[in-house]
Amino acid sequence: MDLNATLIGQMLTFVVFILFTMKYVWPPLIKAMSDREKKIADGLAASQRGERELILAQQKAIDILQESKATAANIIHQAHSRAEHLCEEGKQQAKQQAEHLIAQAQIQIEQQFHETQRVLKNQIAELALSMAEKIVQQNLDQHQLLNKLVEEL
Amino acid sequence: MQLQTSGEYIQHHLHQLAFDLHGMALGANGFWTFHLDTMGISIVLGVIALTLFRLAARKATSGTPGKLQNFVEILVEFVQNLVKESFHGKSKLIAPLALTIFVWVFLMNFIDLLPVDLIPRIARIFGLPYFRAVPTADVNMTFALSITVFLLIVFYNFKIKGIKGVGKEMFTFPFGIWFFPFNILLRLIEELSKPISLALRLFGNLFAGELIFILIAIIPWWIQWTVGGIWAIFHILIITIQAFIFMMLTIVYLSMAHESH
Repeated sequence: MDLNATLIGQMLTFVVFILFTMKYVWPPLIKAMSDREKKIADGLAASQRGERELILAQQKAIDILQESKATAANIIHQAHSRAEHLCEEGKQQAKQQAEHLIAQAQIQIEQQFHETQRVLKNQIAELALSMAEKIVQQNLDQHQLLNKLVEEL
Repeated sequence: MQLQTSGEYIQHHLHQLAFDLHGMALGANGFWTFHLDTMGISIVLGVIALTLFRLAARKATSGTPGKLQNFVEILVEFVQNLVKESFHGKSKLIAPLALTIFVWVFLMNFIDLLPVDLIPRIARIFGLPYFRAVPTADVNMTFALSITVFLLIVFYNFKIKGIKGVGKEMFTFPFGIWFFPFNILLRLIEELSKPISLALRLFGNLFAGELIFILIAIIPWWIQWTVGGIWAIFHILIITIQAFIFMMLTIVYLSMAHESH
């Protein structure tokens, strides 16, 4: 156990080693570690935020889906009622048209009837006239009778 | 060189490779002697460790660390947590100092686990007559560490508390101003006991460990594995604990230097 100059040499070596560690080893490692710590913390926070956002988005998607379902149902309902309305309208129109046609037809029928009646009257008159003429030719006495007949008709 | 008796064998193993700084030749010369074995091994180990650490630090990324960085970071975090727990204050020195101590002392202690004859035999191939491979089994090494730590303790005492603060503490603690000679004596003993106990604890453990490995080496070869195995496994614990204790006490002493009594 003899203390000698080795002691001094080793102290100097030790000091050099300490300074080296202090300057070139410790700070970069600590920096990398704290940076990583921060990164991990940030990542965790981001993932939590993402999770929350996902839940919100899901809620939103459900809302939109429900809304669109309601809209679709509404549209279908409207379409139905419109179709019904159109149908009804068509029927109504058809009915009106038919009534109109029927009325026209009746008027025409009536006109024709009257026309026919008139023609017939004339023809009957003519017929009667011709018959009367024949009768008169046969019997002048019967001339008075013919006039009376024309008046009556 | 033929070694015949056990005594000679042990003596040979406890002989340092000395270098005379006056004569500039191998051999001891009082104080002006370098122990080339202690210095060589410790510096080589320190340089290897610091090179690895520097490599890890230079390529340190805050992304996914590689294997080396991971390993170094485990050590750094371990040391940092210890420092955080026992040292309340800000210091750029203490944590790197603790890391240096732990790694360096552990590596130097680790040489104790190599076969006792391995490094001396290799040294003999290169013509070196003696070689004590375990630096921490040399008092010069352990005192070099502890005296450096002691100087730091003194430095921080004065830096933090000032000459007045330290003086007040030395004169009045723990028994009041009227017992000041006693107080000063107590304080001096307390402070001086720190480096001495630090150095001698490490030295004693490692010297004893080395000596027992040497003793095991002189018992018959076919029975060596039993005692040698047990002692080596036990020693894995010892070298780690001693490195840890040295580091831990350094942290504690330095934090004591930062805080008033």
